[in-house]
Amino acid sequence: MTDLLNGLIHLTSMLVLPGLAYGSQLAFGALGVTLIFGVLRFSNFAHAEGMSLGTAVCILLTLWLQGKGIALGPLPTALIGMCLAVPVMALVFIGTDRALYQHFRRINARPEVFMIVSAGVMLIMNGAIRLIVGPDGREFEDGERFIVTAGGFRAWSGLAEPLVLKTSQAMTIGLALAVGFALFLFLNRTRSGRSMRAYADNRNLALLSGVDPDRIVRLTWVLVAVLSVTGGVLFGLDKGYRPFVYQQLLLPMFAAAVVGGLGSPLGAIAGSMIVAFSELALTFAWKKALGYLLPAAWAPEGLMQFLSTDYKFAISFLILVVVLLVRPAGLFGKPVK
Amino acid sequence: MSYLKAEALVGGYGGAMILNSCTIAVDRGRIAVIVGPNGAGKSTAMKAILGLLRLTSGRVLLDGRDITALPTQARISAGMAFVPQTDNVFPSLSVFENLQMGALLRRDPIGETLEEIFALFPILAEKRHQLAGQLSGGQRQQLAVGRALMTRPSVLLLDEPTAGVSPNVMDELFDRITRIAAQGLAVVMVEQNAAGALEIADTGFVLVQGANRFTGAGRDLLNDPDIRRSFLGGRK
Repeated sequence: MTDLLNGLIHLTSMLVLPGLAYGSQLAFGALGVTLIFGVLRFSNFAHAEGMSLGTAVCILLTLWLQGKGIALGPLPTALIGMCLAVPVMALVFIGTDRALYQHFRRINARPEVFMIVSAGVMLIMNGAIRLIVGPDGREFEDGERFIVTAGGFRAWSGLAEPLVLKTSQAMTIGLALAVGFALFLFLNRTRSGRSMRAYADNRNLALLSGVDPDRIVRLTWVLVAVLSVTGGVLFGLDKGYRPFVYQQLLLPMFAAAVVGGLGSPLGAIAGSMIVAFSELALTFAWKKALGYLLPAAWAPEGLMQFLSTDYKFAISFLILVVVLLVRPAGLFGKPVK
Repeated sequence: MSYLKAEALVGGYGGAMILNSCTIAVDRGRIAVIVGPNGAGKSTAMKAILGLLRLTSGRVLLDGRDITALPTQARISAGMAFVPQTDNVFPSLSVFENLQMGALLRRDPIGETLEEIFALFPILAEKRHQLAGQLSGGQRQQLAVGRALMTRPSVLLLDEPTAGVSPNVMDELFDRITRIAAQGLAVVMVEQNAAGALEIADTGFVLVQGANRFTGAGRDLLNDPDIRRSFLGGRK
């Protein structure tokens, strides 16, 4: 019985909670990717850089707030910085759109052109990040680090295995639920959200119905700013901010959006969880968990790790390739006519 | 003076002129049908009325007011509604949301208009929570017309509303269009199926190479052996 409990605690602490947190962080990114693809109809290669830039802005604002002696008690001050960084990033995104994407929309450029332009934006943002916060990592988490600590849990439960819940993990999962729910309410229950879906669905008919395209574009970038900053900051709080680690999120984010079906918000969330848990489960050392859960005679000798963690990006890539081959429309996507 | 009058329209895309002095007119409560061979400029004429085509000359009058310079959205606010031939619904929105999108520009309660549309097309009330993409061809056309009616327009422009639907559904659609006109709307319809459409037309416009060839009451055009042979496929 204790073995079973120990095994489950071990899995929860090392696989389920980190997986939910990582999946939520990916979901913030994948939702942004899928919104831009659905409404503006291009694959935004600058998306990870946008998240990183948003986090950098949030860090600067957080440092300023901390300098003023403002804190949130047990919660990180970055939560306030995040709220302040959203309007800044919304202006950055809308400004980028005005300066670049708008022109290509006017001349009805093909999606590939937009994609290349977004790659350019990625390089520019990358440079901007170097100028603003430099290439080095930053710690900006303050407040209470853990909600449940290893020692505290051991003392309370008397079990050998610890349960660890970081504040950043709990916040990530909680905010993902809240923001996800708010996004669905917005898209399904409001006039603006409905117009946005209509515009994504059938642009000409939306224009005939009186949808203002410029407003839809601005609205999309505002939503993308909310999602990018929130997701970027939560990722930074959880893993420590290193500006160029975000680039490595681009592949899993796109894999998640494609698995779910590009353009489908629900799909982006499901896809993120699939990618996150595949990555973690395949690079997880199952030895300890199996040792607890299996009869003693079957306990494995090796680490029981399918792939070294160095290969975790290969998993996103593999998922992406398999989905594109087997079901290109994704789980929730519309089959191509 | 007709309620809607498009006079001596000349225009086209790029260099080639598609409309060569074409005139369409219709009154409230009446149905005008534009027929003619492929490439005669039927749909183009409708696009010109809607402001989707830049005219070289000619003008469009709505209730005596010259709207030639108005962009499409302003014409829609002025009371025009358009049902495109294809892609005329939002497939991933529900039937009800499609109708709500039709009423986007309205700021007053839409309940009454909804009831009217549901009375006209009961199937839409039944399937109001279903996605428009899952409707059959005929249901989809009904939804497209319903969506257009949500603005409470005075002019309804229909681009081949019966394209790709079965003969039964076609008769039903024509019947509903007659009823819509009877409520006081001016209806302009482009139809490939000329014989069926001319049956319900108060006025028929036969276009050839972007110009009016024959104009007359729908019945008269149908009964004219020359027109029948040349433009109606010589059936019956």
